[in-house]
Amino acid sequence: MATALSIHELKKTYASGVEALKGVDLEVSEGDFFALLGPNGAGKSTTIGIVCGLVNKTAGEVRIFGHDIDRQRELAKSFIGLVPQEFNFNQFEPVEEIVINQAGYYGISRRAVLARVQELLEQLGLWDKRREMARELSGGQKRRLMIARALVHRPRLLILDEPTAGVDIEVRRFMWDYLREINGQGTTIILTTHYLEEAESLCRHIAIIDHGRTIESTAMKDLLLKLHRETFVLDTRERLPRDIAIPGFTARRVDDTTLEVEVERSRSINNMFAELERQGIHVISMRNKSNRLEELFLGLIEAGKA
Amino acid sequence: MNLSQQRAAFMTILRKEILRFMRIWVQTVLPAGIIMTLYFVIFGKLIGSQLADIQGLSYMDYIVPGIIIMAIMNNSYANVVSSFYSAKFQRHVEEMLVSPMPSYLIVAGYVAGGIARGCVVGLVVTAVAMFFTDLQVYDWAVALLVVFLTSLLFALGGFINAVYANSFDDISIVPTFVLTPLTYLGGVFYSIDLLPSFWQNASLGNPILYMVNAFRYGMTGVSDVEPRVAFAIIIGFVVVLYAFAILLLRRGTGIRS
Repeated sequence: MATALSIHELKKTYASGVEALKGVDLEVSEGDFFALLGPNGAGKSTTIGIVCGLVNKTAGEVRIFGHDIDRQRELAKSFIGLVPQEFNFNQFEPVEEIVINQAGYYGISRRAVLARVQELLEQLGLWDKRREMARELSGGQKRRLMIARALVHRPRLLILDEPTAGVDIEVRRFMWDYLREINGQGTTIILTTHYLEEAESLCRHIAIIDHGRTIESTAMKDLLLKLHRETFVLDTRERLPRDIAIPGFTARRVDDTTLEVEVERSRSINNMFAELERQGIHVISMRNKSNRLEELFLGLIEAGKA
Repeated sequence: MNLSQQRAAFMTILRKEILRFMRIWVQTVLPAGIIMTLYFVIFGKLIGSQLADIQGLSYMDYIVPGIIIMAIMNNSYANVVSSFYSAKFQRHVEEMLVSPMPSYLIVAGYVAGGIARGCVVGLVVTAVAMFFTDLQVYDWAVALLVVFLTSLLFALGGFINAVYANSFDDISIVPTFVLTPLTYLGGVFYSIDLLPSFWQNASLGNPILYMVNAFRYGMTGVSDVEPRVAFAIIIGFVVVLYAFAILLLRRGTGIRS
């Protein structure tokens, strides 16, 4: 499978002297759904800015579908669609014009793109708003407008920098479904997000950047396997005894009908249920105490600080 | 990008720019019509009627070309500086920077927008001038070429100003403290023949003098400077500013960190 994005030893020092990137390496395969994670200030947006031509790099190499951004800048850029973190469209232009103009910047004439614009605005629920000024849209509509704008020229690589920040859960779910759909149609997607359940749910590969360096880059499945222990929260039908214990597991009574149980990956969860059954306690629901990826993410970041 | 893609990209910026200034015509087109009408009334009619002819032209006929080209200069500059700075300020310039458009197309699109506004305002002022005098054109080719090159030059100046600007104050400093004095001292309202020899020579260092006089030559056949020299100077400035604007955009000055 072809490589959609290849970054090697990418470095960036701003004029202020801040060393934002100290050596980022990334490989994203064509068709992948890739998460780029890191704490605030880790260098995610700078990396994306360099890939998209918004930030000048200090050193390193970036290739988009094999095309070097220094030597084949125009060609390399033609493959990318960017959904930035902040609204960066003209708030005083109608929705439809913003999308049509973006196509124009990629060399697609107005007449040739009208059908595509209608298709995208309909898919993203903005067709009824097409003649409204962008500033009149709600936050979620503005996010969807940026997705429509990024997709209008049919990019092979879509980069989304925190696309669901500040949107309600309904819009977020809609966007997840939409992104899955276009990824399924072959578009490579790179996503940065602070919602780790979003990354876990959507992405197949993941890279974590911290202090301007790549500290992890692997398949999501492999990363989650590194989690040795999970904590589950169980809701029970019966009242729990004050001194409840489950042999082989670490259990903590939270309240009369809520129990937290730590489960080692090496142990079967069935044993826990069997023991509870034996004690006459029936579990009516169960969930992870925290997101699995979140636990790993925090572990890696903490390890970096140590 | 192939040629047809470049054409589509260029037309996108130009169309967007024309729609922008026409949508807010009360701010972009009307003021020049009103201000220049006042110039015609006060300087041309009231004061001018008391003055002797200059180089065989009534004072009104003498100042009309200068006032038209002054409006063209101001508006070509103002259009690009305000539009491109707004694009930076609102960050929608990033829409173009992420695209495969080469730098020269971005400059060309914005500059063409500035030329378009300069020409629209020039036509409005010319129409107003026709209420005050019987306008004749001495040499259409010269007049139109000066309009094109002057608006091109000032649009490029506006672009460079916008690239360096970090605040809305920065986009008014150059027009207020540099362009307006040079324009008023550039022979719009007088012939440099009226000045003492030292100031005549000093005026020859003002590039705007050449644009005003070249246009006056095209309209009336009268000029303080040799038209060919004027064209050489204007074209020289255009080439230098265009190359500089492209260089700034390629480097990302004021746009990319």
